[in-house]
Amino acid sequence: MSTAAPPTDRTRPDQIDLTASSPRWGEKAIVGWLFLCAAFSVLVTVGIVFALVEPTLEFFSRVSLGEFFSFDEWAPTFQPPAFGVGRIVAGTLNVTFYALLIALPAGLGAAIYLSEYASPRAKRILKPVLEVLEGVPTVAYGFFALTFITPIIRELWPTFLPGALGDPPGIFSAASAGLVMGIMIIPTVASVSQDAMSAVPASLREAAYGIGSTRMQVATKVVVPAALSGIVASFILGISRAVGETMIVLIAAGATPNLTLLPNESVLTMTAFIAQASTGDIATGTITYYTVFAVGSLLFVSTLVLNMISIALVRRYREAYE
Amino acid sequence: MTSRRNQIATQAARDVTLAQLDGSNRGGQWKGAVFKAVLVLCITVAIVTLVAVVLQAFFTGLPRLDMNLIRNMPSSIDRSTSGMQSAIWGTVRLMVGVAVTVVPLGVSAAIYLEEFADRTKWYVRLIELNIQNLAAVPSIVFGILGLAFIVRGPLDLGFVVYAGSLTLSLLVLPTIILTTREAIRSVPGSIREASMALGATKWKTIWKQVLPSSVPGIMTGTILALSRAIGETAPLLLVGATVFVTYNPDGFFEGAFTSLPTQIFAWATRPQEEFRILAAAGIIVLMGVLIVMNSLAIWIRNKFTRTW
Amino acid sequence: MSAVTTPDPQGDIVSTPSTTHADPRSGLPDAPSGVMETVGLNVYYGGFHAVHDVDLAFGRNEITALIGPSGCGKSTVLRCLNRMNDLIPAARVEGSVNYHGIDIYGPKVDPIEVRRRIGMVFQKPNPFPKSIYDNIAYGPRVIGMQVDNMDDHVERCLRQAALWDEVKDKLKESGYSLSGGQQQRLCIARTIATAPDVILMDEPCSALDPIATSAIEDLMTDLREDYTIIIVTHNMQQAARVSDRTAFFTARPDETTGNRTGLLVEYDKTSQIFENPRDQRTEDYISGRFG
Repeated sequence: MSTAAPPTDRTRPDQIDLTASSPRWGEKAIVGWLFLCAAFSVLVTVGIVFALVEPTLEFFSRVSLGEFFSFDEWAPTFQPPAFGVGRIVAGTLNVTFYALLIALPAGLGAAIYLSEYASPRAKRILKPVLEVLEGVPTVAYGFFALTFITPIIRELWPTFLPGALGDPPGIFSAASAGLVMGIMIIPTVASVSQDAMSAVPASLREAAYGIGSTRMQVATKVVVPAALSGIVASFILGISRAVGETMIVLIAAGATPNLTLLPNESVLTMTAFIAQASTGDIATGTITYYTVFAVGSLLFVSTLVLNMISIALVRRYREAYE
Repeated sequence: MTSRRNQIATQAARDVTLAQLDGSNRGGQWKGAVFKAVLVLCITVAIVTLVAVVLQAFFTGLPRLDMNLIRNMPSSIDRSTSGMQSAIWGTVRLMVGVAVTVVPLGVSAAIYLEEFADRTKWYVRLIELNIQNLAAVPSIVFGILGLAFIVRGPLDLGFVVYAGSLTLSLLVLPTIILTTREAIRSVPGSIREASMALGATKWKTIWKQVLPSSVPGIMTGTILALSRAIGETAPLLLVGATVFVTYNPDGFFEGAFTSLPTQIFAWATRPQEEFRILAAAGIIVLMGVLIVMNSLAIWIRNKFTRTW
Repeated sequence: MSAVTTPDPQGDIVSTPSTTHADPRSGLPDAPSGVMETVGLNVYYGGFHAVHDVDLAFGRNEITALIGPSGCGKSTVLRCLNRMNDLIPAARVEGSVNYHGIDIYGPKVDPIEVRRRIGMVFQKPNPFPKSIYDNIAYGPRVIGMQVDNMDDHVERCLRQAALWDEVKDKLKESGYSLSGGQQQRLCIARTIATAPDVILMDEPCSALDPIATSAIEDLMTDLREDYTIIIVTHNMQQAARVSDRTAFFTARPDETTGNRTGLLVEYDKTSQIFENPRDQRTEDYISGRFG
């Protein structure tokens, strides 16, 4: 169309053709590519499952289920080997327990503060700080636990406590790893909880303030109950992160598969076992190799269940308020 | 859903009214203050720890923050002059590999999910659920995937840099997808409508209007994802960032490699004091890079954020 | 300028000489010449019946106003005319919308091609986050329109939109640097840059002050020379001032669900609607007793 032609020429009926001027194959190919990229993420999960299933089945063809799911002894690399996974599950739960003892209340408190108390300016400063905190490499936390927290704990251990609890911990302890891991998880719990609290409609808060409630009453009696499913979701996500964390426990918790819930003992966790056993080049086909995958399967399934519960709970509050 | 909301509202109203009636509000002044103090304490614990982590590493590693650290290769003999050049180069290569892999993949996936996906379709819901879950899978599980599928198995790359890059890419894929979707979503629908109303096709609209406007957001997301990948240690232990390599990686697909975090780990677990100092120096370098990356991300976000 | 007259494909002869538009209202034919028409148009959003059975014909080089209380479906009808409703996943359209006799919801019709001929101006000014120049040049470029000299084309479009004198020295500045009224005229210039046949305007002045509104109204009257304009407005005075014909819509609540379905009450020359409405509901609305 020449620029000289008036636009009305376009309306001549004999020129009107509303069918597509070209099949636009390029466009369709692009959408196809985009879909493949999105679907690729499913392939990653499928890949994880496949990577785990075959060696795990191989493992169970050599080791009985009863032997694996027991608390007897954990020594897969020794002669004779022992595969009582309960030992390292207990180690994981031990560290997780002490981590959560810190992360859940502190994370919830931080979330309430950010959502209900902090001024916009404080929020602008605190949120990036929490983001940075979430991004600190876990190897740095591990080093901090081993070289800073552990000596302090050993120094200040309440030796007046009765029995085994009164013994000061050694170089490696669940307490040191758990403490630092707990602090590592605070931002996760805080940000997911705060999202849930922010989703609580302002009208609910206003209604409560309107009948003369204090800020604390609004926070504890209105906002927290209303955001409960999101808060529980953040707790479960926190548990999932604690169970799956590797470097802190690998560096600071030690490698002794002790069956204990005491904080002052050294424990071996599932993740630390995997990292330890497969560092360097482990030979394919050995029982150690298959054990790594069996433990990996257990770890994957347990975190998967936790994640699914957490996702379902987040959806619940989203549906309620959006 | 409204019923649940009403239920919460009435419950809250009842609770607060009861609290008013039983007079527990009288001591409210100091109770509220204590409550607030506890909340502030919660957030302070986290921040103080962050500061402590940085300061402790800094003061421990200070004696070894010298040029040898960058110039020399790791050595277990010359502890006082050992460096980490191979680790730094390994990490640089790893990150280049991650960036070229995950950015096209993640941005494409995000465009599909945000612009084309029909959320009523089961497969779209499956993809979304899958990405949410993938974001919370422990990093060491990605290491297992890398070991079984990338180093060995179908891809069979061996213990090379790109095996590590690919493993880390899968790990941060959900981060890139989520942040890119956020960036795309923040471009207002009115811009899309305006372009479509002119007779632009959907893809042209995305390519010429939506993506240019979301570039800062995508960049921020990419930097944050890379900063997550750069500190990851556990999966690299499984895909062969072997801890003692005294030469720089030959290429993406050949030769052994090490990385900053795995090198730090190796030093941190040695009993000798010199190695601890080296580990701390390595942490300072790593944290320094991270802080630069995070600041860059925040700067981009603040500078280019458009208020529509 | 629009001396070219051609027979309408449906046989309605557009025989009016070019002088018709000198005073369009006095020379307005009794029946619209039918550039576009809707036949039995029904729109659903999911299970919600938004618009019920609308039959409307839009005349060439006329301004047709769609008025009515909010929620009466007038914007929905407008968005059906260039298939913008396709962008809403749950929207479903029944009936037909004929453009020069071609049903734009027909099986072979490409919505992209429809929108190249039927442009749209939106409620809130929505310039692209680009320079003023690129805002205009974007459309022709993106649809592959042959333009001999883009600079001239941009100038002509801005002149037609009565914006040239205000922006000629800052074509490289962002479209967002303009005032609201200027932004809306930029959006109109952007729309005419792709040489459409019909321009749809969805409450184009509702976000503007009275002075900017009056500038846009003058512009519409000028543009009528070259384009067919269909405008949704909730401002009755505006409809009375600028339009040749007016369609009055209202909303009827469903007895069981309470959802409000929009329907066409009366369609006639604007003078007829405002001076001598036939339907009681129209009269109530016009005289301010309702809505």
